[in-house]
This record gives sequence, structure tokens and C-alpha cells, in this order.
Amino acid sequence: MITATDHETTYLEAISEALDEEMEKDDRVFILGEDIGPYGGAFRVTEGFQEKYGEWRVLDTPLAESGIVGAGIGAAMMGMRPVVEMQFADFISCAFDQITEMAAKNHYRWGAAVPLVIRAPYGGGVHGGPFHSACPEAWFFHTPGLKIVAPSTPYDAKGLLKAAIRDENPVIYLEHKFLYRRVKDKLPPDDYIVPIGEAEIKRSGADLSLITYGAMVHLGLEAADILAGEGIDMELVDLRTLSPLDKETIMTSVRKTSKVIILHEDNKTGGIGAEISAILAEQCFGFLDGPILRIAAPDTPVPYSPPLEEQYLPKVSDILAAARQLATY
Amino acid sequence: MELTRPELLQLYYYLRLTRALEDRVTALYRQGRIVGGAYTSHGMEAISVGYALALEPDDIIAPYHRDMGAFLVRGMTPGEILAQYLGKRTGPTKGKDGNVHLGDLSKGIFAFVSHLADNLPVAVGAALSFKIRGESRVVVTNTGDGGSSRGDFHEALNLAAVRKLPVVFFCNNNQYAYSTPLRLQMAVPDVVERAKAYGMPGEIVDGNDVAKVYQVAQSAIYRARSGEGPTFIECKTMRMHGHSEHDAARYVPRELLDEWKKKDPILKAEQLLTQLGYAGQSDFQEIEERVEKEIDAAIEFAENSPLPDPSEVYDGVYANPRVEVHS
Repeated sequence: MITATDHETTYLEAISEALDEEMEKDDRVFILGEDIGPYGGAFRVTEGFQEKYGEWRVLDTPLAESGIVGAGIGAAMMGMRPVVEMQFADFISCAFDQITEMAAKNHYRWGAAVPLVIRAPYGGGVHGGPFHSACPEAWFFHTPGLKIVAPSTPYDAKGLLKAAIRDENPVIYLEHKFLYRRVKDKLPPDDYIVPIGEAEIKRSGADLSLITYGAMVHLGLEAADILAGEGIDMELVDLRTLSPLDKETIMTSVRKTSKVIILHEDNKTGGIGAEISAILAEQCFGFLDGPILRIAAPDTPVPYSPPLEEQYLPKVSDILAAARQLATY
Repeated sequence: MELTRPELLQLYYYLRLTRALEDRVTALYRQGRIVGGAYTSHGMEAISVGYALALEPDDIIAPYHRDMGAFLVRGMTPGEILAQYLGKRTGPTKGKDGNVHLGDLSKGIFAFVSHLADNLPVAVGAALSFKIRGESRVVVTNTGDGGSSRGDFHEALNLAAVRKLPVVFFCNNNQYAYSTPLRLQMAVPDVVERAKAYGMPGEIVDGNDVAKVYQVAQSAIYRARSGEGPTFIECKTMRMHGHSEHDAARYVPRELLDEWKKKDPILKAEQLLTQLGYAGQSDFQEIEERVEKEIDAAIEFAENSPLPDPSEVYDGVYANPRVEVHS
């Protein structure tokens, strides 16, 4: 499904490069998490970091997600730029109230900024089962005061992580495990950021809009190519930032195409697609020439066994079916 | 070593100021002039007064809701604090939060959240930043016997001990977590047992003796500043009011309160000041009158302060917003 070119930077390397460059440039940046030191992290994102930056800027912590995030918040308020690594995004639930009650509400309540990044390797397709495959974005999407980014390419992975580290707010950085070594980009040699809050039109089209993010972007691009052969010209909006949502880009696309599919890997009910549907129904109703369609995982935990997980995850064929349905309106 | 007269008088002054302020908070609450809840440190003032006066100006506190004395010692004014209670714009949170959810980074005060013990890992993080930067600053944090059952309490103590961070953990053991007595909260006789399990020294102190709290805090803070790591200090005390001012606390035996009334921290401080020949009844009277005047002025300030404008509800969700957050 995804084509990779040799001698380019993988999604995982892009994350690693962003961390390395920010740590090199800014003494305030330090990282903490489980097994990130000599071991280099469960996915090897921080391999060699402790050798380069020492034990106090690359901190192996006890297994205590709430404590780690809390410590990140305290350090952030003292002028540091902590990057906390969740070993798997699933474990972020252990740190829930530090994120939603402390980090998210601090600035609103008493004006104390929390420039904290939480890296969270998320998503399915890697046979991780119910506790190593989750998409936790909807929990935090509902929380004012947090920013959430979910890059789909190495370019965005690097640019968004740099932007997150430089941001004054708590940012949840969702890095998709399935993409780690499967997508590659030729990255610019110079420093760049991808601004938080800006979606990207990944593919321009006239007949319908597909709004998605993360690993699903690649599914969407594959579907768009097939649909082009059938004379259906699909536009693809890659959200890149989930919170705050780039409503303008979403609405501009839908006003142009009049038809929309929202695709995400997270469970359907109460997901980000539900919010986007509501925004479009409220603000673009007059432009719509068909129902707003959502493609998402069913409302079950992520199952382990290959036939079950395959059934669970959205597929190219789902997008094709939805697009063909909309084309008949 | 005995405390000097100025030290002890300063401790006494803040005990009186805290008591006077919180007595007024209770009165305002009963008159229905506080729209939300009211949480006080009646009978427990010595703990936060004691630890806060043992700190240097650029140290940090991460207090909880029985620490009014610490807010005052760190320079938050009674006027600002009452403004917060009345939901006024001149309070430290400009009406965004209520009661003792007070924070001000310029005074080294972290605002706590109602989720008890959440302030402990945050305190540890501040201490971690001092260690990383090689600064000789210290953090003092506090929670109750109730908070010591939460996971964040344990995660924080463990992390601080493993990394020998410059943080001092206080525990206000006032024998009740809301209505739940100690025997239903833990199977150990003292909270300090929990700290010892993480490999840090722990001490038990009479939480109603401000001089002792101050001295124990001084040594623990000195220890932290010298790079020897965290200390845990359990202050035995009694919550003399309800969990909050709406709570009559009928679940607390009357005799227990009568017994602790005799050990009131202000009374104890007066006994010590008298015994050392540092001060007498007229001095106490004078300080009482002085703090009453301060509180009168504070009430006037708070009551005359403006309420926030409704439009301010949208402000401050993000620091430096780049994207409009409300439509």
C-alpha cells in the first residue's frame, strides 16, 4: 500500500532527527520516559541519545506514567522543554489526570504555561492487540488547553515535532507505529517547522473531499488513485493537527466539492469524525450535495488475531465504496 | 537550637494572620457571600507557616488546600486571596478558579488541582529541573493523609528518591480524609512508613508546634539543597473544621476535638514565646489587632474589586494562541 524510496529519511528517523536537532540547539530540551536511555526506547527513537546528551537530559524513569507526565509539567513550568515518551500511546491513560487536569488547565486557571510534549506511539496494523494499538486522540480532543498533532509523513513528523517542542502549550504528539519504517521522504537539510493548526491539501480534487490524518492518509491516497481511474476526482485533506482543528481548510474543501467522507482509525462513536461532521452540518449544510459519511473503526477494542484486526481497521475498499455511493448523488 | 525572638515572632504573626483570614473566610461563607466552597486550615496553620518560612525566596512551593499560611508567607496578599474567594478579577486566577486554588509563578507558588497528590509529581519535576541545571533551589510540597493513598503520591516519592531530587514532602496528617478516618485509609500506624519504603528518610513532627515544624523543615531543606535528596515529614495534627465549611463533621468525636483544642498551634506558640521571655499578653494583643486591621483592609479591597467581564471566559485556554479557539 505504501511505496518507500531508498536513501531517504523514514518517519521514525524524522522523529529522531527532530529531537536531536532541538536538543542540540536548546539546552532546555530534555527527554524522559521508560527505557529511552541505553536501550534507546522500545522503538529505538532515542538510540544513542544518552551517549550524546548524558544521563540528566535523557532520563530513564520508573514505570510511572502519571509521575513522569507530572514531572514534565513541573519542569516545564520552571522553564524547561521536556519531551515525555509514552512507550505506547495506550499507557497514556495512566497519566490521564496530569494531562487533562494539570497540564491542560494550568494556563487558563492561573496563567502558567506548560510547554510540554508527550510523544505517544499509537495505532494498529502491527498486531499489538487491545493494549498496544490504541488511538487515544478523542479523549484529549475533548479537553480544552491541549494541542494534538498526528503527522502522516516524515516531513510532517519532523516539522510538527519541532513546532511542538517550541510551542508554549502542552502538545500530544501522536506518532503512528505502522508508519515508522514504512514511509520515507527526502527532507530539507535546513531547519523547518510545520505550523501547528494547519491542515494540508494532500491531493486536490473536485468531486468529493476525504478528510483524514495519520496512517489513514496513505489509504486515502491509494483510494484516490483508483477513483481517478473511474472518473471520480477526490480531494484529500490531511488534518496533521487535530487540536486546534483547522476548520477553515476543512470547510473550504467541502464548500468546493459539496461531498465529504471523514476517515479515521479511531473508534467511530465520539471520535474526531463526529465533531467534524457536526461542524459541517452546522456551518456548511447549504453546500452539501450528499450525506456526510464517516469511515472509522467499529466500537470495539482493537483485536489481536490477524483476521479480526483486518476486519477492524478501515480499508481502501471502504473508501471506494463510500466514494462511489457519494458519486451517485 | 532555640529560635531567635524575631524568628518566633514572625512565625507567630503568620499563624495569627492565617487564622484571622480563614476565620473571615468562614464568616463570609456562612453569610452566603462566597459563591463556591471554602476550605480552611483551622488548627493546622503551623504546618504551612513553618515550612514556608524555612524556604528561600527563589525556592518553590507546591502546596495543597490546607496551606493558607504558605500562600501568605510567599507574599500573596489577604486581599488577593479574598478576591479569589469572591470570584473577583483581582484574584490570582482572575475568577477562573476559586477558593485556595491559588498560584503565582512570580512568587514561586504552584497552583494545586483538586485531584489530591497530583501536585507531588509536579513538585518533583520542578526539583528535577533544578538538578538538571545545577541550581541549589528546593521544592516543598504537601498533601494530606488522604492524598497519601493516591498513586501519584507513590510515583512522586519513588521518582524523587531514585534521582535524589531536592524536594521535601510534607504530609498533613489530620486524621480524616473528608469523613474517612485513618484506620480505613491505611494499615500502617504512620504515613511516614510509606515514605520509608521508597528509601528516603522520614520524620514525624508535632504539626501543631510551629517552632518544631520550622526546625524540621529547615534541616530537610538544607539536606535537599546539599544534594542529599528528598525527606518526608509527617505532621500529626487535627482538622478542627469540616472537610469544607459546608461540612459539620459530626463523624468526628467531640472529645477528640476538645483534646486537640488544648493543643492549638497559636496557643502553643504563645506558651513558647512566654516561656522564652520573648513576648507576653500585650504583644499578642497587639499582633491580633494588627492582623485584624489587615484583614479588614483585605475585605474592603476584595469587595470593591470588579467581577470579571463575561467575555473573559474565552481567554487563556492556550498560551500564545496561534489559532482562534472559539468560534
